[in-house]
Amino acid sequence: MSPREQQLLQIVGGDPSGLPEPLLRMRDVSLEFASGSRIVRATDKVSFDVHRGDRFVLLGPSGCGKSSLLKAAAGFIAPAGGGIELAGKPVRGPGPDRVVVFQEFDQLPPWKTVRQNVMFPLLASGRLGRREAEQRALHWIDKVGLSFFADAFPHTLSGGMKQRVAIARALAMQPDILLMDEPFAALDALTRRKMQEELQQLWEELRFTLLFVTHSIEEALVVGNRILLLSPHPGRVRAEINSHQFGLHSAGGADFQNATQRIHHLLFEQGDQHAPPPLQRSYAS
Amino acid sequence: MTMLLEPPIRAEYERDTAAVQGGTLARTAPLASRIAGQSWLRKGLVLALLALLWEGLGRWQDNDLLLPTFTQTAAALWQGLASGELLAHVAVSLSVLLQGYLAGIALAFVLTALAVSTRIGRDLLETLTSMFNPLPAIALLPLALLWFGLGRGSLIFVIVHSVLWPLALNTYAGFRGVPETLRMAGRNYGLGGLRLVLQVLVPAALPSILSGLKIGWAFAWRTLIAAELVFGATSGKGGLGWYIFQNRNELYTDKVFAGLALVILIGLVVENLVFRTLERVTVLRWGMQR
Repeated sequence: MSPREQQLLQIVGGDPSGLPEPLLRMRDVSLEFASGSRIVRATDKVSFDVHRGDRFVLLGPSGCGKSSLLKAAAGFIAPAGGGIELAGKPVRGPGPDRVVVFQEFDQLPPWKTVRQNVMFPLLASGRLGRREAEQRALHWIDKVGLSFFADAFPHTLSGGMKQRVAIARALAMQPDILLMDEPFAALDALTRRKMQEELQQLWEELRFTLLFVTHSIEEALVVGNRILLLSPHPGRVRAEINSHQFGLHSAGGADFQNATQRIHHLLFEQGDQHAPPPLQRSYAS
Repeated sequence: MTMLLEPPIRAEYERDTAAVQGGTLARTAPLASRIAGQSWLRKGLVLALLALLWEGLGRWQDNDLLLPTFTQTAAALWQGLASGELLAHVAVSLSVLLQGYLAGIALAFVLTALAVSTRIGRDLLETLTSMFNPLPAIALLPLALLWFGLGRGSLIFVIVHSVLWPLALNTYAGFRGVPETLRMAGRNYGLGGLRLVLQVLVPAALPSILSGLKIGWAFAWRTLIAAELVFGATSGKGGLGWYIFQNRNELYTDKVFAGLALVILIGLVVENLVFRTLERVTVLRWGMQR
């Protein structure tokens, strides 16, 4: 039995005792939204485990509830059913142990400089005093290569630089888990590629735990080590696959192409198993 | 018959982009455009033109009782200021104005902070503003006189009324316009309640709050001058409105104009020094407003 088959077995109900205790456990999470007088179900009984050091990707077309799942893990949305646990403790609301990097650039308060932005959560959560917060902020600003812009206001920065600030701000908090909600989706393709590279370098160095939401198959393969595929309306788990073997430099390789097509097939060709996978590429590099 | 358009094939080339040709990357703008870029100069020009128009109109009318000229008004203004008479009136008006204004701001803040944190607070604010915002402050003056007597209390009451509702309306609209992402970022770091309002909502809504403060300031002035015209002196000392009213009774039209001009001048100073400075060090610097 190949290691992958063993892992698959574990997912479909084999013995998971060989695995360590997961950091984030989502169990049968159902999310619902009130839309006028109706209540719409966004996800239906979604379960997955994120382990320490994972780069866990939620992938699916729009409407599969991947962003909502991330916001539920962050504590912004209370699930209608099921449970969310972080390190064994139930998640009850937003907290600085789970820091979110959003897609939108307006996540940075425009009235704070880069330095103040990175200091903001450290001070707001009461974790550090002003002096230590400043030191730590400068350290992380340097890590993302923005030392020169420490005193600049966000509106003077490019989109990629703003996301770097958001990432530095999140990492400075040293959260248990970093939640990224399509953080590079609003960037141009060249910048996006560079940011994926930098994120990977940071992970190589720091080995943080990451939950990453994207709708790009290539980005999922490049960024993640494990991918949860979700199907839409309502969001349900379609598959959970490994992608630790792929990095930025495997894009274009035969294995990579096959994985892309397999995911595409899983997401879009439901039911019709014999149809040939289309040779369509999604936009991300 | 159509010709197929074929673009020409050209030679390729590559270049080193090591050095920028011709020196520095930034240079200073030419003097003329720097002068034209000074807004106080452009506004000064507008004021000078208006004064010139007024002077011409006044001389052409040639009737001191109806329309004193710009120079006559300026002379009356200078005289009033030099003798200290006008300054005393201004001091009375401004002190009442500031008290009412600050009280209005405090109340508006309490109401809007309640409105963004609780549902009943929102209903309260929405109902109260739709009830009282259209109500002219002067219409409340008779009631205020009944309740607080002839004096400072009544004036402050009507000023608070005129500041509170437009400021609350603007602030609340600003709070609601704060991007959800920013709000979530704040909550993510453990901010909630009053701390979220003070550290995230207020700065994020500052453009709306500032415009509310400006409207409130203007409304407060209007209400104060009008109220002073109606019942005159407060406890023996009259404000600017009283000064205008008295001089009209005695047909010193140039002094009436001087009083009005002073109201305008104070408005201009507050707008250009206070509010403009506030904007420059906040929303303009942060790129939230252009």
